[in-house]
Amino acid sequence: MAQPASRPVFAPWNDPAAKPLIQFKSVTKKFGEFVAIDDVTIDIFAQEFFALLGPSGCGKTTLMRMLAGFERPTKGQILLDGKDLADVPPNRRETNMMFQSYALFPHLSVWENIAFGLKRSPMPKGEIGPRVEQMLKLVRLDKFARRKPHQISGGQRQRVALARSLAKAPKLLLLDEPLGALDKKLRQDTQFELMDIQEKTGTTFLIVTHDQEEAMTVASRVAVMDHGKMIQIDTPDRIYEMPNSVYVADFIGDVNIIKGNAKPTGEGRFAISWAEGQPDIAAASGAGIAAGTPVHFAIRPEKIAISADKPADRANAVKGRIEDIAYLGNISTYKVELANGAMIKAQVANDRRLARRTFSWDDMVWLSFTDTAGVILMK
Amino acid sequence: MNRRFSWFNATSLTLGFAFLYLPMLILITYSFNESKLVTVWAGFSTKWYGELIHNEAFLDAAVVTLKVAVMSSTFATLLGTMAAYVLIRGGRFYGRTLFSGMIYAPLVMPDVITGLSLLLLFISIGLDRGIGTIVLAHTTFSMCYVSVVVSSRLATFDQSLEEAALDLGCTPFDAFRSVTLPIIAPAVISGWLLAFTLSLDDLVIASFAAGPSATTLPMKIFSSVRLGVSPEINALSTIMISIVTVGVITASLISKRSIVKQRAEEQKAVRN
Amino acid sequence: MNFRRILLIATPYAWLVALFLVPFLIVFKISLSHYAISIPPYSPVFDISAGWEGFKTFLSKLDFDNYRFLSGDDLYWKAYLSSLQIAAISTIITLVVAYPIAYGMAQANDEWRPTLMMLVILPFWTSFLIRVYSWIGILSNEGFLNQILLGLGVIDTPLAIMNTNTAVYIGIVYTYLPFMVLPIYATLEKMDGSLIEAAEDLGCTRISAFWLVTLPLSKPGVIAGCFLVFIPALGEFVIPSLLGGSQTLMIGKVLWEEFFSNRDWPVASAVAVILLVLLIIPIILFQRNEQKQREANQ
Repeated sequence: MAQPASRPVFAPWNDPAAKPLIQFKSVTKKFGEFVAIDDVTIDIFAQEFFALLGPSGCGKTTLMRMLAGFERPTKGQILLDGKDLADVPPNRRETNMMFQSYALFPHLSVWENIAFGLKRSPMPKGEIGPRVEQMLKLVRLDKFARRKPHQISGGQRQRVALARSLAKAPKLLLLDEPLGALDKKLRQDTQFELMDIQEKTGTTFLIVTHDQEEAMTVASRVAVMDHGKMIQIDTPDRIYEMPNSVYVADFIGDVNIIKGNAKPTGEGRFAISWAEGQPDIAAASGAGIAAGTPVHFAIRPEKIAISADKPADRANAVKGRIEDIAYLGNISTYKVELANGAMIKAQVANDRRLARRTFSWDDMVWLSFTDTAGVILMK
Repeated sequence: MNRRFSWFNATSLTLGFAFLYLPMLILITYSFNESKLVTVWAGFSTKWYGELIHNEAFLDAAVVTLKVAVMSSTFATLLGTMAAYVLIRGGRFYGRTLFSGMIYAPLVMPDVITGLSLLLLFISIGLDRGIGTIVLAHTTFSMCYVSVVVSSRLATFDQSLEEAALDLGCTPFDAFRSVTLPIIAPAVISGWLLAFTLSLDDLVIASFAAGPSATTLPMKIFSSVRLGVSPEINALSTIMISIVTVGVITASLISKRSIVKQRAEEQKAVRN
Repeated sequence: MNFRRILLIATPYAWLVALFLVPFLIVFKISLSHYAISIPPYSPVFDISAGWEGFKTFLSKLDFDNYRFLSGDDLYWKAYLSSLQIAAISTIITLVVAYPIAYGMAQANDEWRPTLMMLVILPFWTSFLIRVYSWIGILSNEGFLNQILLGLGVIDTPLAIMNTNTAVYIGIVYTYLPFMVLPIYATLEKMDGSLIEAAEDLGCTRISAFWLVTLPLSKPGVIAGCFLVFIPALGEFVIPSLLGGSQTLMIGKVLWEEFFSNRDWPVASAVAVILLVLLIIPIILFQRNEQKQREANQ
């Protein structure tokens, strides 16, 4: 998709002159012996929608709580606008947080919840009312101002929590699994709403989530974490297409991982031998890999084509028997067993209606892909 | 609740528990006092315990109290468990509101009123007062406590367990015996213990219900305490406090161990 | 409806009717009777053999004389008022003492809380009578408190606390403290900690977060605790009779004396009925509070 020429690409992380809003400098956090955050360094820029992604217990929530001021780093520095946050208590930070449980005060109405932070800010009394109204409009809850939190739905509560944390116009908004409690449909709608509000307010958002689809949808950049370490920080498309490790490739989306040994065959070209009786996989990589290096070859199922006859023009083609078909509506996933027992997943878009589908269980088929369809991973 | 334990918290807990426990500790200490004067320390002695053992009146009262407590708490547990089952699983029946009112009212009724009303009942139907009437009185008020304890357990446990038992071919009674009862057993046991303690503890209701023929330990203690502090009563109090302390600590250790064990097993099950 | 179900419902039902409801009706009836030097010491006595006519003459002899007597006599008025006052003041003191304890418990870490909980409950299992008794040795003129204060030179003459209302307050606060701590602790303990964090995140200091969030949210526990102390304290007998003095007027004590010393059963019954009427209001309020809590939890 081509961007309109008038709209420059938003990518301050590629601009060496850009000043980051948030800087983590070699931050480590220990709880007793347990290392929750292990020497993390990140820069987050103003107006970014930054996603921290990882399984539960990977340290992403701890990272966020350090920004809010509820935890202090054991080692390292966190800077906001170049100022060290170490001695700033939570109530004096220019960050606001949207809690996973929403943490709406049950004894206060929607209106009072949103006004709560404003009343404790230097804002003159007369401006609080209009500001609350403005926030209520922003999240489309004008009609529910007088209700108590238990009198509105889950999706509405989520929006009150968002309005409350945005009301003070923080420099940075922290969102802790903000959509976790919503059902799938509502989640998707809300994701777009979040992006919309982020764009409207121009606030920097930092979202913590374990849902890779959510992170990919909303974020300008995604940081994948595991066991307190940063594994990869990149834009969603690069995370998906160019994962830097088996962990990231496997965590984001569906993938076939094939273990083998690489040997160079030309300029940026490699052949990966991976199983007796199977042809080597031809693949491309920018990295210099010595002959005989053990590597992982990762390829997304949708990059693999499936056909009855051996295609002539593809760099790689293997033969197998269809073991299982999962029909998902828009796509179908075929599990194909090769002669050596390896199982390869291939995805095909269902662009034709039922009657025209050609393959069935136990059919012998050819799987094929180009030499640039997959990536070679060293770790 | 997020926990940020501060000096303020530590101070208030220390002062609070000092307030709760110092009076009892003083009592225990002075039960080992040589002197008859209870507030002057004259050296360590266990002589008041010796005198207590030979005090027939106290021993008789203690026997009466234990008899009453065992009987009334057992009856109260039976009746209270039935009442709890009726309240939670009984469905609708005529007079249900009155029934639940009669379960909860005794909990907030002043002892003097309960005692007075029962005494007037016993007199008007010409019942001879003694151990029997105390048992009746204690059963009545402690069954309400039992039913509150048991019904809170019944209310939180999943009714589909009983339905599963019925589905698998149990009669309602079988289902109660083989599924419900084992699950609510801890609540039933603590109900019994509560009823037992309430009965041991009660002075006012027993005083009304007892009549001249039976004296319980609290009645005996009350009449001697009215005359002032005595080292014998201190010794008796020490014995009672020790029994309760050992009992409560044992019970909490057992329940703690079973929770730890259960958690370990759950974790094991998850890992497998 | 099968036989077993009927039996299951009928057994506890019949027991409670016979030993709880009927005795009350008897108290009410006797409160309408007259004192008589006889056995039983009141009249009229209902004689079932006299039939319907007998019942009618029996009814005609009942009246509200005892209530008229009670309302005319200063002593009873004062006793009811001072019971209310003592119960109310000691409830407030108990709340002030109990809240920091409950708060401290809720802030303690997971390993400590079961132990702290046990420490609060333990006195409840210990004899009430003994706990009240333990204060006699502390508060009396030669008691430990006076010894310590005299020894420290804080006072010159012993404080007369024993046999005063102050001693009664101390006794009530001491014995009912667990009833106040536990419900407050329960509300604090289950409170979502992120609410406090949210308050701080939105600009509150720790102290203002306490006033604006913790305290209002612990209100149901505070209310429950207050009723749990106020209701039994109102009819208390043991504490005023052991720690209080002759000028300590509490209705439970008056009832006891009316019954055992004066043997005036009709008046004692009328005293009981009025005490019950006094209690009905707080009991209903308490039930409402509990109901509201239960609904809020659902």
